[in-house]
Amino acid sequence: MIENFLSSSFIYWLIAILLLLGIFGILECNNLMKKLMAMNVMQVAVIIFFLVLAQKSHATLPVMFNGDVNIDNYVNPLPHALMLTAIVVSLSTTGVALALLMRIQKRYEAIEEDDVLRRMNK
Amino acid sequence: MGPEVLIDYRPLWAVLISLVAAVLILFSDRNPNLRESWTILAAIGKVAIIYSMLPLVLSGHVLEVAPLHIADGITLQLRADTAGMLFAALSSVLWLVTSIYSIGYMRGHNETHQTGYFAAFAVCLSATIGIALSANLLTFIIFYEILTIATYPLVIHSRNEEAKRSGRKYLAYTLIAGQLFLVAIIWTYILVGHGDFQAGGFLSMDYASPGVLRFIFLLMILGTAVKAGVMPLHGWLPDAMVAPTPVSALLHAVAVVKAGAFGVVRVIGYVFGPDLLSQLGVAEILAWVAAFTIIVSSLIAIRQDNLKRRLAFSTIGQLSYVVLGVSLLTPLGILGGMFHIIAHAFMKITLFFCAGAITVTTHETEISQMQGIGKRMPFTLGAFTIASLGIAGTPFIVGFISKWNIALGALESGQGLFVAVLIASALLATSYLIPVAYMGFFKKSDKFTKYGEARKDMLIPIMITAAVSIVLGIFPNFGAGFYKLAVMSAESITNSIHLIGGGW
Amino acid sequence: MREQLPALIVVVPLLAALLSLFVSYISKILARWVAIAALLVAHLSAIGALVLVLREGAPWHYHFGAWEPPWGIEYVIDPLGGAMAVLISFVSLFVAIYSGGFSREFNWLKTGGYYTLFLLLTTGLLGMVVTGDVFNLYVFLEISSLAGYALIAFGGNRGTVAAFRYLLVGTIGASFYLLGIGYLYAITGSLNMVDLAELLPPLMTSPVFLMTVVMFIVGFGIKMAMFPLHGWQPDAYSYAHPAAAPLIAGVMGKVPAYAAIRYFFFIFAPTSLVVSKALTVMGWLAALGIIIGSIMAIAQKDFRRMLAYSSVAQIGYIVVGMAIGNMYGLIGAILHIVNHAFMKSTLFLVAGGVKWRTGENNIEKYAALCGKMPLTMAAFAVCALSMVGIPPTAGFFSKWYLILGAIEADLWIYIVVIVLSSLLNAIYFFRVIENIYMKERIEVREIRTSKPLELPLNMLVPIVVLGLGILVLGIFNESIVTQILQYAIPGGGF
Repeated sequence: MIENFLSSSFIYWLIAILLLLGIFGILECNNLMKKLMAMNVMQVAVIIFFLVLAQKSHATLPVMFNGDVNIDNYVNPLPHALMLTAIVVSLSTTGVALALLMRIQKRYEAIEEDDVLRRMNK
Repeated sequence: MGPEVLIDYRPLWAVLISLVAAVLILFSDRNPNLRESWTILAAIGKVAIIYSMLPLVLSGHVLEVAPLHIADGITLQLRADTAGMLFAALSSVLWLVTSIYSIGYMRGHNETHQTGYFAAFAVCLSATIGIALSANLLTFIIFYEILTIATYPLVIHSRNEEAKRSGRKYLAYTLIAGQLFLVAIIWTYILVGHGDFQAGGFLSMDYASPGVLRFIFLLMILGTAVKAGVMPLHGWLPDAMVAPTPVSALLHAVAVVKAGAFGVVRVIGYVFGPDLLSQLGVAEILAWVAAFTIIVSSLIAIRQDNLKRRLAFSTIGQLSYVVLGVSLLTPLGILGGMFHIIAHAFMKITLFFCAGAITVTTHETEISQMQGIGKRMPFTLGAFTIASLGIAGTPFIVGFISKWNIALGALESGQGLFVAVLIASALLATSYLIPVAYMGFFKKSDKFTKYGEARKDMLIPIMITAAVSIVLGIFPNFGAGFYKLAVMSAESITNSIHLIGGGW
Repeated sequence: MREQLPALIVVVPLLAALLSLFVSYISKILARWVAIAALLVAHLSAIGALVLVLREGAPWHYHFGAWEPPWGIEYVIDPLGGAMAVLISFVSLFVAIYSGGFSREFNWLKTGGYYTLFLLLTTGLLGMVVTGDVFNLYVFLEISSLAGYALIAFGGNRGTVAAFRYLLVGTIGASFYLLGIGYLYAITGSLNMVDLAELLPPLMTSPVFLMTVVMFIVGFGIKMAMFPLHGWQPDAYSYAHPAAAPLIAGVMGKVPAYAAIRYFFFIFAPTSLVVSKALTVMGWLAALGIIIGSIMAIAQKDFRRMLAYSSVAQIGYIVVGMAIGNMYGLIGAILHIVNHAFMKSTLFLVAGGVKWRTGENNIEKYAALCGKMPLTMAAFAVCALSMVGIPPTAGFFSKWYLILGAIEADLWIYIVVIVLSSLLNAIYFFRVIENIYMKERIEVREIRTSKPLELPLNMLVPIVVLGLGILVLGIFNESIVTQILQYAIPGGGF
């Protein structure tokens, strides 16, 4: 029973928890840097979700092996390809966010949201 | 068997000419003489175009043009039918007269923002002619809303706090009404599939339940009656009198409020039709509301000391004559109501012109300050007296014909009580207008001892409109065949053929 | 060349984006012209593609690199996508011309960076409307968003903070959309829109599908600032760089709305229980958003903030059109996307013009600007009337179709909301009009002057063109509806 749960839907629960943790972090953290990290956690959750979709037991790399054309023996390569793109997107988002954060830090000398807002409205 | 339809672009030109003039006026900001000549040229052109269509319409033709599709399956359609021509001919003539008067007033009063004033005025006239000649509900509301917006700059002309407050009030009333009207119109399109005005109405019990039809009628009347100042929707009208007097004269005695009254005519006569309304039983309620307005507004008018405000309340009452006449649903009632659009326009514009002339010449606005003014401005006050008598319903002045017909219409429908209302109102009108003339002529004062009339370009329009009020009272078909147009409209709405001559 | 039109729409701005940064090192003016030329090519390609599609009477499936779907990515131009591409490239072109007034004062790096980001934003938006692949749509969504964040940060210090917040929230939205794609892929095994539309109907009752719909609502809801997910939007719109704000406020929020229409009405069947319930919920939220957005707009003192809240309300119109869901409702929604893109862009162009001259955003400081900037203020007046919905401006007709649809569908509450919202619009726009035309002239310090016109020609022309566009859209709305939009709705013959 528990083994069954662990092997089938457990990973999806983990992903859901990871995703919610990420969103919670974005909404709740006061530190802008922590918010950014929480955002990355959320994105990782989505990426893992796709990779899990592609997973099959007893399958191998999607490279033709010994002339075997039975697709059941290969994992689905498409989600991996998609996630490469998604990782690039995530990377550039993080890059832009860090650049913005540096500007904020330089101008307001703070990355705590309260401090930034206080100094902004002064 | 309907009238013969001709495809003709003249209705379109009649609408566009003053729009073009508005643009030209805006561009001749630096040269007042050139600017004013655009106004006069456009006014003459408009009159010429409309009167060139008149013989055709009087001989039973209808001129139509559909220049543009404006929404899925609906065209912007203009149609010169009898009722439309009645209103269009009236507004175009009065625009010409008012333009001459305006120039005198604005210069005599050293008003600012004159360019914007004349441009907005021209746009208003385009919208008014558009309302008169629109052939379907969507076209009607487009011009109706344009009129609302174009009047706004005129109401707030003096740019002070009071004007701003009046402007807000005006917009609040008219925009809300316009939205309700829009909903009713769209609803009608959904029910019927079109919104083409048709003499005798195009709605019927087949399209919807009586409850729905009553509700649509309520929305449409709310939409139109606001502009017509029917109580309790009149609040904006007295306040809007802060505008310059020519604006009050043309727009608040002729174009805007009459567009509302004309809207009521269109809704009752051309959308619902007397048959359906008598089945629904809603017109009678409207008639009572109008009767109420007539009496109450007259009572309020007596208490006003500011001349323009007194005239404003008089306007509210007189407009309800139109509403009352039309909502009687009898041929003579409709005839009387429609002719009252004409009658009231000439009389009230004379009164407003006089008020403006007095203000410009003597800077007096309160009635109590005008004692003995007849010595100084006898012609102006003479015209004022004629128009006052007309409003009160004296025979041989134009107001009598319409009131006579409305009274006959009331008898025809078996609602004799309205005759009592009419008589009471006539007495009230006598008591709030005639004293002004009386005080002006017979009270002695040391303030006005020397003769000093208004400027020529103000006095001449006054004389013209006063004279027309008398001439129309004796020959109601003078000039544009107004009476015949009203008769023909009433005939086509009620589908009766023995009206020629009518009650006159 | 003609066969490659769909690719040109996206590829030309993309290449120009890379190019303009380098060109800017040589000449700032040249960089600007590269951007304008690229947008012009994209605009002409979009028009050409749309005309060809309408003439053919069938959507245009363009296979990138000749890879057949579902292996390759395909671009699909149908009347809806084509019309949106024409709209986006048109507005973008004129905003690029307008940016000249501001970019003159940038150094080479800032100029190049600005036009690169601007073109990337346009590329992303254009890509979203022409692509036929759901994952590709995600990529373009992120391209446009990233460029958008940067352009908002361009607006200064407050802009940077607004951009950072928008980045966080926007990424949540994008992630939700990506999750939705994951679900769709899990149950169908396809990412191609046409394919999905065929595979999905039997699966519409599954709980996974329900999750997808919820994910999409949240994802697109955040991106188009639908109430109550609009928290990021007022700051972002008001603090964005004034040169780019017209594009960001006018078009960027509309494209996710387009995507939502694409999903709910073309890929999913709107008649299925889940989708119709979802649309009803969205409709209620939108109705609430219309009222609250309008009331918030009345409370604002900053002109751009007022416009931003008004956008929350106007997006509500589009969603209400979707929730009505019949032919007229959808036409109203799509027409309002077009109309509102014109209106909001023009309003932000005006706001930018005033800021360019006086550096002011406060409505009070607009007092008696009519004397100084007559044409700009006339454009504003036209926009204001259109926002209120006075005929014959464009805004009247979107309202017309929405009410037509609502009456036909017996959804009276939406009519009440639309009518009420028009009146609320009247309150806050006439307040500005009163300020402009009726107040005593106050002394406003001018930070820049312009002779002989009120603004430099390259700023004035876009304002006038888009302002006139509102009238043109209004007067000729019937031909737009019958020639294009009628085919752009499901069952419209395409």
